[in-house]
Amino acid sequence: MAAETIPYERTRRLRLPFSGWHLVLIPATIVLIFPFVWMLITSVETPAEALHFPPILLPRRLDFGNYPATLHAAPFTQFFLNSGAVAVSTVVFNLVLCSAAGYAFARFRFLGGGLMFALIMTTLMVPFQVTMIPQYIITKWLGVNLLAGVGINQIGALILPNAATAFGIFFLRQFFRTLPIEYEEAARVDGASRLKVLWRIVLPLSGPALSTLAALTFLDSWNAFLWPLIAINQTSKMTLPLGLATFQGAHSTEWTLLMAGNVMALIPMLVIFFAAQRYFVRSVAATGISGM
Amino acid sequence: MRVAEQLTAWGFITPGVAVILLFGVVPIVWSAVMSLQRNNLFSPNTPFVGLANYRQMLHDPVVAQAIEHTIVYTALFVPGTMLVGLFLAVAMNRKIRFINVYRTAAYATMAISTISEALVFMWLFDPSYGIVNYLFSKVGIAQQPFLNSTSQALYIIVIMTIWGWTGFAVVIYLAALQGIPKTLTEAAAIDGAGRLTTFRRITLPLLSPASLFLVVWLTINALQLFDEVWLSTQGGPLNSTTVLVYYLYQEAFGGSNFNFGYASAIAYFLFLIIIVVTAIQFRVGRRLVYYRS
Repeated sequence: MAAETIPYERTRRLRLPFSGWHLVLIPATIVLIFPFVWMLITSVETPAEALHFPPILLPRRLDFGNYPATLHAAPFTQFFLNSGAVAVSTVVFNLVLCSAAGYAFARFRFLGGGLMFALIMTTLMVPFQVTMIPQYIITKWLGVNLLAGVGINQIGALILPNAATAFGIFFLRQFFRTLPIEYEEAARVDGASRLKVLWRIVLPLSGPALSTLAALTFLDSWNAFLWPLIAINQTSKMTLPLGLATFQGAHSTEWTLLMAGNVMALIPMLVIFFAAQRYFVRSVAATGISGM
Repeated sequence: MRVAEQLTAWGFITPGVAVILLFGVVPIVWSAVMSLQRNNLFSPNTPFVGLANYRQMLHDPVVAQAIEHTIVYTALFVPGTMLVGLFLAVAMNRKIRFINVYRTAAYATMAISTISEALVFMWLFDPSYGIVNYLFSKVGIAQQPFLNSTSQALYIIVIMTIWGWTGFAVVIYLAALQGIPKTLTEAAAIDGAGRLTTFRRITLPLLSPASLFLVVWLTINALQLFDEVWLSTQGGPLNSTTVLVYYLYQEAFGGSNFNFGYASAIAYFLFLIIIVVTAIQFRVGRRLVYYRS
């Protein structure tokens, strides 16, 4: 290769007053955020402006009328509340159920423990499409025969099937095993119950693992589409992605309304994401590190 | 171990395990059984038909198309996302001004849902009023039908999903890059290696575990492509974007046929593909990946 023979210094003939990487990163950033910007611009245009060709890059005045019009056409506030309720409850359930089970699998030796662990781990590899049809039938049956709140067309149908995951149990079990067992043994000798040890000693040491599981569960739950599409067809019970998709179906060419709806669907998650960016980024990076 | 201890242990695991058994393990077995039955929601009984559903798949022209589209999509999406992610992560792995602005712009794509992503790209690529066609006209390219075209629609879906996964790939590669000790690249530079050689001989091998993870993870997700297709093309035009999961969904829930038996067979076929592809990737990957010990 020619590059190997050229001395290092001579490859940098051109001296810029700033890092040359800006010349790469500025266009890349424009491409990355352009869809967000264009969505925002279209949402404050009149339909005539939006459908003008050539496109109007900067509307002369901001027309916020699309937002009330969109809210009038579809209950985005309700979608937001549903998404929030589903995501928050799913996170809480996962933290509680996966901590308890993960701790037992990490520290207890009990009859059937190995079998149960192996059994639930089989679900890790299986794609959702394999389980979704029976899940639909089970959910329907539960709603009719056992508990209306978790049946088809109920918010609970989006929470219960995801209230605990094999990934969550496995992930926390692995983390708990890295903690020094001495504290737990000392507490046991002093007469603390298993539950107290988990609550007072193990969980306070598990902040990073718990926040990672919470962030990943929250993202998954908030953005889920296929299962809500199957389980919910009543508008008042829809989450943001499903509500937005349904809204698109009813207003397929009204781009100003669609983009206003899209902005409203996006803002809550963007705000949450930026507020806790450090946690989200660290959590996603952790999947790459623990994944191998 | 004492009985009380046993009961405590079972008390700890029962709620979580019950959820996973009911909504995970039982459905795995159940859908395997369903794939051997003629099963739609309205037929009074569900007779066993052996492998008839699987045989039907072999002769179903739409399944053949769906497999082809799934392969084409995966073959473009996975390397595309990795190249974009690697390039941006390398560019962003330095302490320069505004670096947090650049990084945040990439991360932001992680927050957007597949539906929001598809919706905004449908507008960008709108054949009549979209800004992409306007930019094309500026540089003298003819107006394109994009999602309305049998020969272009799948590629537009590739583009929108690469954009949507950019943040994820950047995060993974950036974390891996930051794990590479500076001393290694500096030592190479002192030994006279150019930047490109250092990148090829030092950085890329040290990134290979992250690359293997991305190949596997992105492939599993690509094989399950659904949301964007459902929203933007409904598998069309003329089935040109029908992928396996979309077809499976159509059979099970799309119309009024609730063809659960056939859909379950397709789901198990997809499962088989994922297992085989993942196994091959790990096998080949293990040989190519360089692990620092």
